[in-house]
Amino acid sequence: MELVTPSIGLVFWTALAFICLLILLRKFAWKPILGAIHEREQSIDEALNKAELAKQEMARLTSQNQDLMQQARAERDEILKEAKTLKDSILNEAKKQAQVEGAKLIEKAKIEIENQKKAALAEVKDQVSTLSLEIAERVLRTQLDDKTKQEALVANLLKDVELN
Amino acid sequence: MDCNRVFVSKVKRLTIVFTLLIAFLSIKIDTFAQVDSAVVPVDSTVAESAHAASGEHGAEAGHGKEKFEPTKVIMEHIADSHMWHLWGHTSLPLPVILYTPAGLEVFSSAHFYHGEEDYKGTYNTYRLVEDHVKVVGTNGQVDETVSVLDFSITKNVAAMFVAILVILIVFISVAGAYKKRVGKAPKGLQSLIEPIIVFVRDDIAKPNIGHKYAKFMPYLLTVFFFIWFNNLLGLVPIFPGGANVTGNIALTFVMAFGTMIIVNINGNKYYWKHIFRPDVPWWLYPIMIPVELIGIISKPFALMIRLFANITAGHIIVLSLISLIFIFETLAIAPVSVAFVLFMDVLELLVAFLQAFIFTLLTALFIGMAVEEHH
Repeated sequence: MELVTPSIGLVFWTALAFICLLILLRKFAWKPILGAIHEREQSIDEALNKAELAKQEMARLTSQNQDLMQQARAERDEILKEAKTLKDSILNEAKKQAQVEGAKLIEKAKIEIENQKKAALAEVKDQVSTLSLEIAERVLRTQLDDKTKQEALVANLLKDVELN
Repeated sequence: MDCNRVFVSKVKRLTIVFTLLIAFLSIKIDTFAQVDSAVVPVDSTVAESAHAASGEHGAEAGHGKEKFEPTKVIMEHIADSHMWHLWGHTSLPLPVILYTPAGLEVFSSAHFYHGEEDYKGTYNTYRLVEDHVKVVGTNGQVDETVSVLDFSITKNVAAMFVAILVILIVFISVAGAYKKRVGKAPKGLQSLIEPIIVFVRDDIAKPNIGHKYAKFMPYLLTVFFFIWFNNLLGLVPIFPGGANVTGNIALTFVMAFGTMIIVNINGNKYYWKHIFRPDVPWWLYPIMIPVELIGIISKPFALMIRLFANITAGHIIVLSLISLIFIFETLAIAPVSVAFVLFMDVLELLVAFLQAFIFTLLTALFIGMAVEEHH
C-alpha cells in the first residue's frame, strides 16, 4: 500500500514547486507568449481582411476602368461623327458661299462692263456729235462761201419750218 | 461525460494489465524463491540489478550469487529514494530534511551509507529502513513512537526540480524569442512549442471552457507541460531522468487537488445549484446531494489515479521486460526483451503525451462545467 500512500514530503515539495512554476511561467512565459500569438493572429486576420478588401477594390477599379474605357470609346466615336458632320456642313457652306460670292462677282463684273460700255458709248456719241458738228461746220463753211448759197439755205430751212 | 467514461474504462484495462503482471511476477518469484525472504538492505546486487534494469548493462547480470528478485527491483524503482543511483555503486546523496518534535534536522543521506549505518543527528539517531528514515531508540531498535515528518529532497523531488528547470529554461527562452521577433513567423524552438500551446488553447481550453478560457490558460498550460516534461524525463533511463515522478501518487495528488481547488473556487451559482438543488423531485435530494458532493471529490480523484496508474504501469512493464533477462538468467532472451522494451518505450512516448493531454483536457472540462452559464 506504500505505492498509493502520498508521502508528506513529496506533497509539500510538489505543491511548492508547482505553485512557483505556475507563478513564474505565468509572468515570464505564458503572458508574453499568448499575447504575442494573439497579436500575431489578429495582425494576420487584419492582413487577410485587408487583402480581401484590396481584391474587391481592385475588381471594382478594373470594372470601373472598363466602363471608363467603353465610355471613352463611345465618346470618341461620337466626337468623330460630330466632326465629320461638322466638316461636311462647313464644306457645303463654303461651297454655297463660294458660289454666291462668285455669282455676285460675276454680277458686279457684268454691271461694271455695262457701265463701262455705256460710258464708252456716251463718249463715242459725244465725239461723233462734235465731229459731226465740225464736219457740218466745215461743210457749211465751204458751201456758204457765197451769198447766194446762204440765202438758199435759209430759204430751205424756213421752208422746213413752215412745213412743220 | 462520455469521454470520461472512456478514460475510466481505459484505466480499468490498465489496472487489469497491471494486476496480471504482478500476478505473473509473483508466480515467477515463487518459482525462484529462496527460503529466506528477510529484509535485504540496498546491497550491491540489487543496486547492480536495478542498474541493469534501467537498461544499461544487461550483460553484466549473473555474476552475483544472490537470487534475483524482480518485484523488489521494480518496486524500488517505482518508489521514492533518499539517494539518486547513478551507475554501478555510485549514488548521488540527497539532503535529508526532517521535522521532528524537537526541531528541524538537515543532513546528507550519504551518512547512511546506503542504509548500512545509523546517523546520529542533533536530536535523535536515525536509521534508513527500506528507504524510510526511522528514529532509533536508546535500545538500538527502531522507535515507532517518535513521529518524524520527512521533508527530504528525495529522488523524485530532485527529478521534479530538474524538470522544472528544463521547463523554465525552455519557456522563458521561447518567451524571449517572442519579444525579440515581434509579429514575425516563429523560428527554431519557438516553432516547436507554439503549435502545442495553440493546441492547448484551441483544442483543450476553448471548446471546453468557452469564452472565459483566457483566465485558465496559465494553469492549463503549466499543468500540461509540467506533466508532459516529467513523463518524458521519466522515460530517460539515465541521470537526470528515470525517476517515476508523475507515477508517484503524491505528485498526482497535488495536481488533482489543484484542479479541484480551481474548479470549486470558480464554480458559479449554476454549478452550486446543480449540486445542492438538482432538478429532481425533492424526495430524491437525500440521494442526489451526497452523490453530487462525492462527485466533487471523485472527479479529481479519477485524475489522480489515472495519471499515477498509467505512468507507473508503463514503468513496471518496461522494467518487467528487462527483468525477464535476469529471471531466465540467459542472454538468449535479451533480443526479445529489448524488442519489447523498444516497443513499450515508443508506446510510452505516446502515453506521456496522452496522459498530459487527458489530464489537461479533463481539467478544462471540469472548469467548463463549473463556469458554464445556463440561459
